[in-house]
Amino acid sequence: MSGNNIDGIIAIIEKYRGQPGSLIHALVEIQHENHWLPREVMHQVADALEVPFAQVMQIASFYKAFSLTPKGRHEVHVCTGMTCHLRGAAKLQAKVEELTGLRDGETDAENKFTFETGACLGSCSIGPELIVDGKHYGRMTPEKVEAVLKQYE
Amino acid sequence: MPKLQSVAELEKYRAEILAQRDPAKPCIAVCAGAACDGMDSAAVAAAFVTEAGKLGGKIEVRTTGCHGYCEKGPNVVVTPGDICYFEVQPADVPEILAATLKGEVVERLVYKDPNTGAKAVHMHEVPFYKHQTRLLIGDNPKIDPMRIDDYLAVGGYAALVKALTEMKPDQVLDEVKKANLRGRGGGGFPAGSKWETTKNAPEKTKYVIVNGHEGESAAFMDRAMLTGNPHKILEGLIIGAYAIGAQKGFMYTRHDMPLLEKHVRNALAQAKEYGLLGQNILGSGFDFECELHFDVGIFVSGESSALMRSIEGNPPEPRPKYIRTSVSGIWDKPSNLNNVETWANVPQIITKGAEWFTSIGSEKSKGTKLISLSGNVVNSGIVEVPMGTPLRTLVFDIGGGVRDGKTLKAIHFGGAMGGSIPADLIDAPLDFDGMSKLGAPIGAGGLLLMDEDTDMVEIARYLLDFLVNESCGKCAPCREGMPQMLHILTNMTQGKGKPGDLERLEDLAEVTGAASLCALGKTSPDPLKSMFRYFKPEYEARIPGGSGDK
Ligand SMILES: Cc1cc2nc3c(=O)[nH]c(=O)nc-3n(C[C@H](O)[C@H](O)[C@H](O)COP(=O)(O)O)c2cc1C
Ligand code: SF4
Ligand code: FES
Ligand code: FES
Repeated sequence: MSGNNIDGIIAIIEKYRGQPGSLIHALVEIQHENHWLPREVMHQVADALEVPFAQVMQIASFYKAFSLTPKGRHEVHVCTGMTCHLRGAAKLQAKVEELTGLRDGETDAENKFTFETGACLGSCSIGPELIVDGKHYGRMTPEKVEAVLKQYE
Repeated sequence: MPKLQSVAELEKYRAEILAQRDPAKPCIAVCAGAACDGMDSAAVAAAFVTEAGKLGGKIEVRTTGCHGYCEKGPNVVVTPGDICYFEVQPADVPEILAATLKGEVVERLVYKDPNTGAKAVHMHEVPFYKHQTRLLIGDNPKIDPMRIDDYLAVGGYAALVKALTEMKPDQVLDEVKKANLRGRGGGGFPAGSKWETTKNAPEKTKYVIVNGHEGESAAFMDRAMLTGNPHKILEGLIIGAYAIGAQKGFMYTRHDMPLLEKHVRNALAQAKEYGLLGQNILGSGFDFECELHFDVGIFVSGESSALMRSIEGNPPEPRPKYIRTSVSGIWDKPSNLNNVETWANVPQIITKGAEWFTSIGSEKSKGTKLISLSGNVVNSGIVEVPMGTPLRTLVFDIGGGVRDGKTLKAIHFGGAMGGSIPADLIDAPLDFDGMSKLGAPIGAGGLLLMDEDTDMVEIARYLLDFLVNESCGKCAPCREGMPQMLHILTNMTQGKGKPGDLERLEDLAEVTGAASLCALGKTSPDPLKSMFRYFKPEYEARIPGGSGDK
């Protein structure tokens, strides 16, 4: 589990040990801490919380808040909320897909970028938006995308 | 900070805070709300802190939640005088500080009317602000959300003090009922009667909950309130708990907003430290705790029963409506859920009274409403106006009309479960019941302008696509009906419409609306219905051989 925040994960699992009803809470906290849910961790969660592994997998794969694969070094988001949509998010998305070769939810072979579309983040007034590692690039146009992505190694 | 043991200690502490603050001392409020943050207001705030530091404490700098006029961020407001500077860059900082020291204004950074060039310096002169009644969001520029003392300095927790010392729980409930406060989360249901149901439920253990999920696309005021002034919502919640007799509260919000999480966590910790949460609050004998919970990234978790399942740690699936959460909610205990904005209204109702509150607004919708104004509008942002305000005021006087000199085609309210009305209904008043009758219920308050180029078939397709992805899949009409409607609409947008499509859409809308378990499925055809009502020719034109075939 190199690169994972092991101590943080263990603390969360211990907090909920023996509490099957807290499965989702535990997964939400681990996701917050570690940004993705490694398979070994989900086995540990299943053992500690005394729930079947299949149930852990089912929950973890169903909800968008959880990620089952490690993210690339940089997370690229395009907001597809309604204002961003009205203001041209689809063209922005197409441009990001063209430049990175990634579709929604994918990570490239070099682990550089993970691309995801996402729900409105409340900054509609500066949409459409490109968001890289939590940094917002507001009022984006397809022409400006390349210059933004170039800044990330 | 030692815990405040009584109301007297709180008021003494408040007096000390105020004594240390000189209202004449200049203060720079830099907005760090979601939109300004996206325009790198953090760099502006950092520059102010560095540069003001060199002036030996002559000017104070404060980072705050959303000021409202998000379109023109990063926003800066200088007090005294509420001088508004827009689109401020770090390079502007020394000039603003120098002018502020001399009591002058940096003319090039103030509002300029795009048509006449007329300038507006003070907040009450800026067109975007001057038509508003900012009872709820108006405090945002005065408060650093990380500092409870800022909230106390603007009179925060005075309503709680009044409730605990001067009023019995029943009197608090009566005041909220008399105020006719209606839920701001979409339904417009009277908060007072909901509180009463939970209060009167036989179980002793009761819960109160803040719905801060705000899943409605392009609605952003709840997060702005919760991030920018978390104590206001918490104060409302504690007062509600006192009236209802609840011992525990939950704040439920989005997992994907780091700043929101930070501010709410900090607010809960500070309230606890000050003795405003916990055992024997301010020596009143009233005990109340509050926990923070997060969603799992699915829209339906904002629905009341699904939200409560989620707090229990279960998958957020709605329950049938005949089980009333007010009586049987979290762990089957009576649970009262209200929206962020509903709770935010409570403190002022207690402080200023129901009579004052009902003097604002329209006949059946009282108080103000926060509106997230966006889409093809010139001035996007968060707007607060009295209920009953004509949409024209929102769209033109405040919003500045349609972007890029285009004309208005439609106004959309309420996101994917809302509806669109044509531009010629622009004089309709903002009112729960009136807007519902028109087919565009206010919902949470996301108002979108759509310009002449908007393809209404494509909008219906987009909204349905959103809901198909958000359905929890528990019941068949929603799970099966929506994808079928989506399929037909997708074909229509791709020039593959077939005779009979509109009739099929109407049938599917009927069935899905009638047979779905929760409001997500039930109201999923609403946008489409509003479009059939007002924009049918546009749909007919997509059917070969149809009446509108070109
Ligand atoms: C699919 C769906 C999503 C909802 N999302 C929210 C939401 O994000 N925030 C909210 O306050 N209410 C939401 N609601 C409405 C809630 O179920 C509930 O009516 C509301 O929180 C009650 O608060 P109020 O009476 O103060 O408005 C949603 C309803 C449905 C059906
Ligand atoms: S209507 Fe849709 S979202 Fe609601 S319970 Fe049924 S499947 Fe789930
Ligand atoms: S719609 Fe994109 S941030 Fe709200
Ligand atoms: S985020 Fe700064 S004004 Fe709204």
